[in-house]
Amino acid sequence: MRKFGRFWWDFVVGDDWVGAAGVVVAIGATAALVAAHVAAWWLLPLAVVLLLYVTLRRAAA
Amino acid sequence: MSAVFLVLSAFLASAVEMVEALTIVLAAGITRGWRSSLTGLAAAIVALAAIVAALGPALTVVPLKDLRLVVGGLLLAFGLQWLRKAILRSAGLKALHDEDALFAEELAAAQGAEHVERAGLDWYGFTLAFKGVLLEGLEVAFIVLTFGSTQGSIPLAAAGAAGAVVLVAGVGVAVRAPLARVPENTMKFAVGVMLTTFGIFWSAEGAGANWPGDDASLPGVLGFVILVSAAYVGLLRNRRLVTA
Repeated sequence: MRKFGRFWWDFVVGDDWVGAAGVVVAIGATAALVAAHVAAWWLLPLAVVLLLYVTLRRAAA
Repeated sequence: MSAVFLVLSAFLASAVEMVEALTIVLAAGITRGWRSSLTGLAAAIVALAAIVAALGPALTVVPLKDLRLVVGGLLLAFGLQWLRKAILRSAGLKALHDEDALFAEELAAAQGAEHVERAGLDWYGFTLAFKGVLLEGLEVAFIVLTFGSTQGSIPLAAAGAAGAVVLVAGVGVAVRAPLARVPENTMKFAVGVMLTTFGIFWSAEGAGANWPGDDASLPGVLGFVILVSAAYVGLLRNRRLVTA
């Protein structure tokens, strides 16, 4: 069971959890904007720019 | 347009993973015998087909909006990993995948392993090939299932993946050596871009957002992801991202 969980963690989250956590936050923020009747299609592309910046800096440090 | 992206993504992802699986199968075949290695390969393909056949119909009954939210999120997290590693490799900050080195490593390990016979097969050779193909193939099965179910065509995604399996296996049989000359990083870059693009598009839709022009905005998202990735490669090459 532990190995199974580990496999899925490596598969989806990988070696930097910040990317996966950021994706969850960004999708939640998109849903919140939609609920507030605000156009939110732009948020995820912007989140990708920021998440790549943060995770690349962490990897290149 | 979406169908082309779907087949191309499944084909590229499958080709990348199959090049790696081929290296393991070749190492197992040369050192432990082809019968055990090819039986392991066949058993893994049957297991992967069973996973796709079992989960495929189950995914088609999930409401499309919920499916796109979950699948989009998973693809985005998964795609960002591929993309980050591909950007780092392109910028020279991460070693390129070396099929020849991996092959030599697998050969040495397989040559040193003890001979244990089960069901008439060399067990090490069988399990090495089985595990290698199953683990590499699971990523392909994941992409086929998620892309296929969200686009409403698992067979189309499976056809793209199967095309790559046939191509890589055919070339592998012809050259009987690891496919070291395949532009693996370029292919991984392309897969990372595709996964991230579909991840952005579907998870936004799943969260209730409407894209300007609906499906017509997909090429725009693709272009955006390519431009951002290329910009980060440039910044990393000039070391601007490290010192910023």
